Amino acid sequence: MGGVKVVLRNPRRELEVAGPLRVKALLDKLELNRESVLVIRGDTLVTEDALLGDTDEIEVRPVISGGCGA
Amino acid sequence: MRCRRCRAPSVIELRRHNAAFCRPCFLIHCRDQVARTIEEHHMVEPGERVLVAVSGGKDSLALWDILLDLGYPADGLYLGLGIGDYSDESGRYARDYASSRGARLVEVDLPTDVGFDIPGGAAAARRVPCSACGLSKRHLFNRAAVEGGYPVVATGHNLDDEAAVLLGNVLRWSTDYLGRQTPVLPGGDGFARKIKPLIRLGERETAAYCVLTGIDYVVEECPMAVGNKHLGYKAALNAIEDASPGSKAAFYLGFLQRGLAHFAPEAAADRQSLSPCASCGSPTTGDVCAFCRLTEAATRPPQGAKPAPRRRTAPPR
Repeated sequence: MGGVKVVLRNPRRELEVAGPLRVKALLDKLELNRESVLVIRGDTLVTEDALLGDTDEIEVRPVISGGCGA
Repeated sequence: MRCRRCRAPSVIELRRHNAAFCRPCFLIHCRDQVARTIEEHHMVEPGERVLVAVSGGKDSLALWDILLDLGYPADGLYLGLGIGDYSDESGRYARDYASSRGARLVEVDLPTDVGFDIPGGAAAARRVPCSACGLSKRHLFNRAAVEGGYPVVATGHNLDDEAAVLLGNVLRWSTDYLGRQTPVLPGGDGFARKIKPLIRLGERETAAYCVLTGIDYVVEECPMAVGNKHLGYKAALNAIEDASPGSKAAFYLGFLQRGLAHFAPEAAADRQSLSPCASCGSPTTGDVCAFCRLTEAATRPPQGAKPAPRRRTAPPR
């Protein structure tokens, strides 16, 4: 077993996806729009061409908020 | 993917700009976009104090941080809405940020200071929660600014917010709202000037700004907002943006350049018909302002109950 550990939010849940794969492929697999999320690894962000391996732990964080921004 | 400015490895790509940035250059990009917006729309005059409406979310905390970095004398205003754990958590993030920057945070608590919370008030007044919330924010932000001597209130409305509002207004051809959808609403006659310095940044950018600067913010969605129309409009716009990057900016910024002027006269006429609210003194188009009517409905005792002493809202100075 093993794979890229992925934390999703709202609601918070975790899953594992077989690596290696690119961030864009991961988002496609999860059917997520690239405009609506950030992919966070450690304390920084990764771009959609970054390669994720089985030892990686990432957070896919939604950025859409429904309020008025204040 | 390499940074467009310095060719270092990038941490974020912005398809709208056909660019990617490393961390330092992305932070410069964000500050440049805000500085450009403030200058272009003459949002703040030299020496003016700015009151930033802070929710504990990514947009308002990023805005406050950027304004402070740009050298503006900016204090925060946190409005407690009484939305259970969500409000408790949001307030914590706002206070933590203020403390970390040594910045001043003014707090107003809707249940304590006015007498109702958003879930209860919306139900009593038969309004959707987001409507009661927006109305309360607009009124109380303005009152706090006027009473506190701040000529300017800055809100964290970003490009996605404005594009989604514009889409909603266009779908209904709400010409009065279209005429008021400007990055700056002028002050005077009981109003602080309202400014939206984030209109050139998308919410993916404000979230990235917070992650990359280590600003903790409330990630969870407001439980009152789940399933609202605004989120549906954003999803529709993001589907278009994914297929055609730059569409959201072209839609909203194009409206400002080429559409707004057609609707502005109607909004200007509405503003000329304002008079002081008979209850609180705030400017309104009717006898009693919408916030006082909401407060009246939300704090009215149930039939048969002994009436509670009514809190009278103070007029703005």
